[in-house]
Amino acid sequence: MNNTATPGKAKLVLHDVSFYYGDQPAVRQINLRIYANEILAIFGPAMSGKSTLLRILNRLSDLAEEGRLEGEVLLDGKNIHDPDVSVIQLRTRVGIVFAVPVPLPLSIQENVTYGPLLGRGRSKGELDELVERSLRAAALWDEVKDRLSESATALSGGQQQRLCLARVLALEPEVILLDEPCSGLDPISTLKVEKALLALKESHSIVIVPHNVQQASRIGDKAAFLLMGELVEYGVAEQIFTRPKDPRTDDYITGRFG
Amino acid sequence: MKIPRYTMQKIAFAIITTAAISVGIPLVLVIGYIVAQGIGALSWEFISAAPRNGMREGGIYPALVGTVWLTIGTAVTSIPLGVGAAIYLAEYAADNWFTRTIRLAIINLAGVPSVVYGLFGLGLFVIFLRFGMSILAGSLTLGIMTLPVIITTTEQALVAVPQSFRVVNASLGGTTWQGIRKVILPQALPGIMTGIILGLERAAGETAPILFTVAAFFLPRLPHSVFDQTMALPYHLFVISTQVPGMPIRIQYGTALVLMVFVLTMNLLATLIRRYYRRRRQW
Repeated sequence: MNNTATPGKAKLVLHDVSFYYGDQPAVRQINLRIYANEILAIFGPAMSGKSTLLRILNRLSDLAEEGRLEGEVLLDGKNIHDPDVSVIQLRTRVGIVFAVPVPLPLSIQENVTYGPLLGRGRSKGELDELVERSLRAAALWDEVKDRLSESATALSGGQQQRLCLARVLALEPEVILLDEPCSGLDPISTLKVEKALLALKESHSIVIVPHNVQQASRIGDKAAFLLMGELVEYGVAEQIFTRPKDPRTDDYITGRFG
Repeated sequence: MKIPRYTMQKIAFAIITTAAISVGIPLVLVIGYIVAQGIGALSWEFISAAPRNGMREGGIYPALVGTVWLTIGTAVTSIPLGVGAAIYLAEYAADNWFTRTIRLAIINLAGVPSVVYGLFGLGLFVIFLRFGMSILAGSLTLGIMTLPVIITTTEQALVAVPQSFRVVNASLGGTTWQGIRKVILPQALPGIMTGIILGLERAAGETAPILFTVAAFFLPRLPHSVFDQTMALPYHLFVISTQVPGMPIRIQYGTALVLMVFVLTMNLLATLIRRYYRRRRQW
């Protein structure tokens, strides 16, 4: 939709962002810029705050009981916590795909149209076109085009995950967040998802938490290493994975811990 | 002495099997006895005619119709309130003193003896609100009595729907209400239906709550409006079993049989509806 941001102008800016569950900090003092037409891979060991960081970006973190946010997140220069920002609209602009695919207990078609139909009515032709476009972009169209009205839960794990991606794409978001989208997938499904993502970055900002360092280096344009809630290093992916500046990053990507 | 564990397993298995079988015995006996004693009274006249000759002859038509009306009235009063309250408690309510008070109230409501509901209905609906002895007063009384059952089962059915559906709904830009209407309620519907019908069944068979609020001792005509009194099967059964001398025993059991069939039919209906919804969605 709105991808007119000039090159070099950040889509999302995190300024001194910290998030606490109760008094337990999950991420601390994060400063990060996320650009259009790029894939940012946020990697690091378990419990580093990667998922928390993703959920802050579309305010799903609001759902956490006793969660507390400090700092600010700017989307196109606008603070997403400003009182005049609609959280519902924000979540359609910044879509998220989870680690475990959760198809809604509806048909394949209904899963894809679920988000778009929440906002406003659409003509059948418009919807059909949206469904096909979203499923094609998620590399699922050819496998399901003949059974769109069948239950989504009957799909295989890899198909379900691509359906969840298509469901997010149908929102026509500007930013796509992916939380270990391939953690439960076989290598072929993983390849399909990664190919879809590489095509999607032409028109979106993508932030992915990969399930391993290899995936981060395969598809990331930029990379950010998160350790115990702290942003250790952030930069061009190739540089981080070949010549990391911080010894902790070096130790992690060479497998000395993790 | 230590009993070998395989022997122990056999003993335990024997005990729980006996328990399971014992549970079924009273049910079979009750149904069998009532059918055997009451089947002779059944005829088209029995379910289509008014009682005659001091209720010793004729049928139970007015009581049957009365019970149908009261069950419908109970459904109308208790389902919107009960399901609404359950949705609030399961989906919106935070855990604070207010909702804890509501939950406590519901638990206490479930523990109130049915005759106390009857007296409460007499005081509030019949006398204070001047509905008089009427279907309206009886339905409201039965409705309040049914609320805890409907609220509790509906809330359980809602809570059983995976939390991840709610997160997905929110992540796709859905409001809490959109998630409830489009995903959570349809998923919970079979469970909710079961709860509703269980509650209505109990209401249909209750005597004490209708005793002071609606039930007529002998009223051979049908009610014209919700402000009329009516006969009802459970109270009619009580009356002909204890208040009428020289009552033929087969009429008592025939009445019991009709009441039982009415309740079991509702039960069957609940099962069929549940099946239908399960089958319609293949997941």
